[in-house]
Amino acid sequence: MHVSNSYWTLFCTVYKKDLTLAFRQRAEIVNPLLFFLIVITLFPLAIGPEPGLLARMAPGIIWVAALLSTMLGLDKIFRDDYMDGSLEQLIASPYPLSLAVLAKVAAHWTTAGLPMVIMAPVFALLMNLESQALGATLLTLLIGTPLLSFIGAIGAGLTVGLQKGGILMSLLVLPLYIPVLIFATSAIDTSIMSLAYSGQLAILGAMLAVAFVAAPIAISSALRVSVS
Amino acid sequence: MQFESLSDFIAMGGYGFYVWLSYGSCAGIILGLLFSSLYENKKLKQEVKSQMAREERIKKAKELEAQV
Amino acid sequence: MWKWLHPYAKAERAYQLCNTLLPYFAVVSVLCIVVGWVWGLAYAPADYQQKDSYRIIFIHVPSAILSMGAYSSMAIAAIIALVWQLRNAELAVIAIAPVGAAMTAIALITGSAWGKPMWGAWWVWDARLTSELILLFLYLGVLSLFHAFEDKKAGGKAACILAIVGVVNLPIIHFSVEWWNTLHQGATITKFDTSAIDPSMLWPLLINILGFAALVGALSLIRLKNEIVQVEKHRPWVRQLVSRG
Repeated sequence: MHVSNSYWTLFCTVYKKDLTLAFRQRAEIVNPLLFFLIVITLFPLAIGPEPGLLARMAPGIIWVAALLSTMLGLDKIFRDDYMDGSLEQLIASPYPLSLAVLAKVAAHWTTAGLPMVIMAPVFALLMNLESQALGATLLTLLIGTPLLSFIGAIGAGLTVGLQKGGILMSLLVLPLYIPVLIFATSAIDTSIMSLAYSGQLAILGAMLAVAFVAAPIAISSALRVSVS
Repeated sequence: MQFESLSDFIAMGGYGFYVWLSYGSCAGIILGLLFSSLYENKKLKQEVKSQMAREERIKKAKELEAQV
Repeated sequence: MWKWLHPYAKAERAYQLCNTLLPYFAVVSVLCIVVGWVWGLAYAPADYQQKDSYRIIFIHVPSAILSMGAYSSMAIAAIIALVWQLRNAELAVIAIAPVGAAMTAIALITGSAWGKPMWGAWWVWDARLTSELILLFLYLGVLSLFHAFEDKKAGGKAACILAIVGVVNLPIIHFSVEWWNTLHQGATITKFDTSAIDPSMLWPLLINILGFAALVGALSLIRLKNEIVQVEKHRPWVRQLVSRG
């Protein structure tokens, strides 16, 4: 009882610390969202404003924008802790590193993924997405963005010790995002055709479950390599 | 032999460009990788050699210094 | 297996093993590729449907198979490196990655050169082409991650982790791309049944596959030798080796 209690405390402490830091510098939460909005604005300007065309491309555009804007915050997820040495403390502590990593990923999702999920209806309106697709957009973002945080944190962990890790990290992570992109956009596409899209959601959920178990292990071994 | 003449062989029934492009780029990539690996090997060995020569020179200089 | 493997944890023994294996791989690959290319280009009968353009198959299929084979052997080396902390396995990962990337690039180039006369376009978003492209990204990621590290030891470990993450993802990526493709494209592209291939075409193909496999082995061994020398360059055995040869 006592041990599991202290694990929970560790999780909460790390999570709260990261959230507090993020809320102190609000730019970290607001900037990715603004970026998301701007990317979405660029598409109608580039391809033309016909509502039919936009609605057809909306799932893809929303998801590509979501991928890119989660990349923005990823670089920061371990960088500050690496710089001030608290990452080393976490590794040296007797608690499992993967638990602390899980908390950090959860904090990243709360600051980067969740706002996007909340703002999704607005973006969907901008892209003339039909109303029956709104639920699918919300659900895929809700399941998909934590997945993005998990996969992205692996790349962030691998590159945290590098001077110019940011671009390299995007190169490593973006190919791994492809399955998420495919299933999420296809779920929204299917919902536009008023068909059942639970299959795609189930696959996304399965991937999230695998990532939940496996990613913290990969991230913590990556961090151990980067810090040593 | 499937082809009547050399020019037939090169033409590949009209697909010569594509076939030779594939084979050429394949050979180019493989040979490029091979030669760069061999060159790297040579460079590494030279590096070790010059390092050894340098250490030899330092040793000799030290001996000379000790004599003086 | 451990007892058998253990001596090769020492760099010198591993280097010697590379030297003993290299001639066999080199001879087999040169022989098979020369025979396979001449047979494939000049003696194999033309396809009744694709005429002579199908001759690209003799390099396209072997390089595509080997691009995946090289990735799996790289991932196996990465697992060995991380589980048993074998430095040489780590070096093998770094040695195989460029060779695998080259195979992937060949498969992509030959694929599009074949696609142009057959499908009328250099690039089609076909499932296999797309997953091959993503495979190339994964290879390049492993390589650039390794080269980004100042400390090559940490770089090797990081590359190993990425290789393993990639191998876990590869089936998912492949499956998702295949699924995406059937959704978006339908079966517009005719797939040629490989089991129906005539023996007169199958034999040169098999010889080429063997030749390419040996080629991947030989190139990886040459690169592994380089990596070992690079790491061990201050050791006496490397100095002996250099002053001898």
